[in-house]
Parts: sequence; structure tokens; C-alpha cells
Amino acid sequence: MPSLKELRVRITSVKSTQRITSAMKMVAAAKLRRAQERAEEARPFAERMERVLAAVASSVTDGAGAPPLLAGTGKEQTHLIVLVSSDRGLCGGFNTNLVRFVRKHARQLIREGKTVQLFCVGRKGYGQLRGEFGDNVIEVREDVTKPAPSFGPARDIAMQLASMYEDGAFDVCTVVYNKFVSVMTQNVTPLQLIPFAIEDTKDGAGAVATPAGRAVYEYEPSEEEILAELLPRNLAVQMYRAILESFASEQASRMTAMDNATRNAGDLINELTMNYNRTRQAFITKELIEIISGAEAL
Amino acid sequence: MADGRVDFELVSPEALLLSEEVEMVVVPGDEGDFGVLPGHAPMISTIRAGVIHVFAGGSVQKRIFVAGGFAEVTPERCTVLAEEAMVVGEIDRDAVEQELKDLSEDADDAADETEREISRARLQVARAKLKAIEEPLYQ
Repeated sequence: MPSLKELRVRITSVKSTQRITSAMKMVAAAKLRRAQERAEEARPFAERMERVLAAVASSVTDGAGAPPLLAGTGKEQTHLIVLVSSDRGLCGGFNTNLVRFVRKHARQLIREGKTVQLFCVGRKGYGQLRGEFGDNVIEVREDVTKPAPSFGPARDIAMQLASMYEDGAFDVCTVVYNKFVSVMTQNVTPLQLIPFAIEDTKDGAGAVATPAGRAVYEYEPSEEEILAELLPRNLAVQMYRAILESFASEQASRMTAMDNATRNAGDLINELTMNYNRTRQAFITKELIEIISGAEAL
Repeated sequence: MADGRVDFELVSPEALLLSEEVEMVVVPGDEGDFGVLPGHAPMISTIRAGVIHVFAGGSVQKRIFVAGGFAEVTPERCTVLAEEAMVVGEIDRDAVEQELKDLSEDADDAADETEREISRARLQVARAKLKAIEEPLYQ
């Protein structure tokens, strides 16, 4: 049986932990609201970008000479996985789920005899993968969402990916991130960046061209030149979207985790207080019995 | 077109900046400025760093600086996808001049060809920005 003093110390310590977790929950909730707004604000650009890209891509893929960012290198030997994790911990299963997915995916690719390279955005994902895939990690980016996620860093990453691709460093590039579904649910989602998934563009092009029955676009300068500019930009937009989704998911995940932690701390405090009171009562009773039996003995 | 207005939309990666019906917009295309009136032939064009002029009532209502991007034009709408956009009146002249100075130093110091190219491109944007303040078109 712990002494009264020990119990008191434990109660104080759990209480201060609870204060921290509940503060973190509040902060995450506030950040989540901003992150969700940002993700929604970014949507119109991405949608219109897709529309334009679909129109251009459909007119170019008919002919030969599509740029490699669209058509691929013709091989699937080297896979680059970009994982978007968080820089800070204490956010529940956010990073663990992501890393589990990447690990499974990477192992499978290696089993198939492919070369796997990893590009880690965020400190935590790298920390968890370093053990098994330390040699495969080619780059680690930290603090991309600091002070808030913005387009600049996403564009830098995309430019680096594009230039690595031109140098032939990899054949296929997939970004893996947590997609924000709701506050309770975030799904680990792989998205193929390079080569650009053509099925989507064909569907999209059909949707744009048929209902309006509209004449084909004129291009200024040529389709090829526009495409050559559009594709790297689309890369940046997709990267930005992944980072925004991931950031919103991180905050949601942290909010849920901290809410649970606060509740657990509350339960623990109740239990300890009960224990404390009982022990105190037992001491009092014991002392009373001692005094009474002492008096009776006289 | 009977109603004589174009749906004009200006979007940056971070937000939908402008969405309204206008009489005409003049967009700085890579191969020269082009004006968009209702019923324009559908086209897609790249944009150089320059100023988008929004017309209403026969004169310029808004001047917006864009650092480059794309324009999609259809008979009833004009969508501009811009990398960076700001209203010309809100550009801080001193900041641009400072930027211009820093960038030309960067361009001189650039170690290799790619770096030099990047700073040259940024220098062009900054120059276009300064020009946007100094020489307003279509008075």
C-alpha cells in the first residue's frame, strides 16, 4: 500500500499531464480548423489545373512525342516513394499507419526485384524507417509545414523530383500521405505522381469535351510546350495537396489522441483520489482504534 | 454574345482570388497580350510575368500583377491559373527595388548554370513587377 504522500505526488503529476494534453488538444483543434480551410481553398486551383491538363494531355497523347513526365520512361525498375509524415509526435497512429503502409509496399517491391528509394517529408517518418531502410533514404525534408503549410516548399520538392527524374534517378514516383476524410478518419493514400496517371486524364478529357460539344482548344504556344510547363506545375500542385491533406490529418489525429489522453488522465485521477481518501480513512480508523483500545486497557 | 460579359476567374494555388463577370480582360500571354471578350475562341495559353487588366465601362477597373501561369479561355469564361498574384496598387515599391537589387547580386554570384538561370528568371519577374507600377497601360 503506497503512503499518503506518494499518492499525493502521483495525483499532482497526473493532473499536470492532463493539463498539457488538454492544452495540446485545444491547439490541435484550432490548427485543424485553419488546415481544413486551407485544404478547401486549394481545391479550386487543383480542379481547374486538372481540367486544363486533361484537355492538353488528351490532344498530345494521340500523337507521338509525349514528354516523359506523362508517358513514363518505359521501365519500372526504380521506385521512389515520397512519404509525407509529421515533424512532431504525440499524434496517435498518424505516423505509425503511414510507415506500416510504406514498409509493406517497399518490402513487396524489393521482393519483386525492384530498387526502392525513399524521400521523407517530416522527421517522424524517417525516424521510424531508418532502422530497416536507412540505406534507401535519399532525402529528408523537415519543417515543411512550419509556420504553416504553403505552396513554396511544395514547389521546391516538386522541382527537385522533376530534375531527379530528368537525370534518370527513378522511373516511378508515388507519394504516400494521410488523406483527411473526417476528424475521426484519416486514410493512408498512395498517389502516383510520375508518370502522370493517364486513365484519369482520359476520363477527365471525355467529361470536358463531350457534354459541351465544344471546339478543340487553340494552343499558344504549342501543345508540347504548354504540356512541358504544365506537368511540373501539376506536380507541385499535387505535392501541395498531399501536404495540406497530411497536415489536416495530423491535427485531427493529434486532437483525437489528446482527447483520449485527457480522458484517461481524468479516470486515473479519480481512481487515485478514491484510493487516497480510502487510505486516509483507514489511517484515521486505525489511530482511533489504537487510542480506544489503549484507553480500555487502563 | 447578347449579355456581353465574361466569367473571369483568377486562382492561385492557395486560394480563389477573384471570380466575377467582367466586360473584358487583357491577359499578358507568353506570345503577346490578348484581350478576352465574350465569344472568344477556346484557347489555352501560357502567361508571362505581367499585369492582367480587368475592364468595366470602357476603362480599366482592376490591375493585377501575376508572376506567370496559364489561361484557359472558352466563349463564356476566362480562367487564369497564376503562381503568384497581387493587386498592382498594393505592391510595395521599395520592397520591389530592394528585391531587384538582391536578385541581381544573386545572379552575379551564381555558382553554376542552373542557379544563374533560376535567379535570372526571378529577376525578370521582379523587373516586370516594377514596370507594372511605373508604366500603367490603358489609362
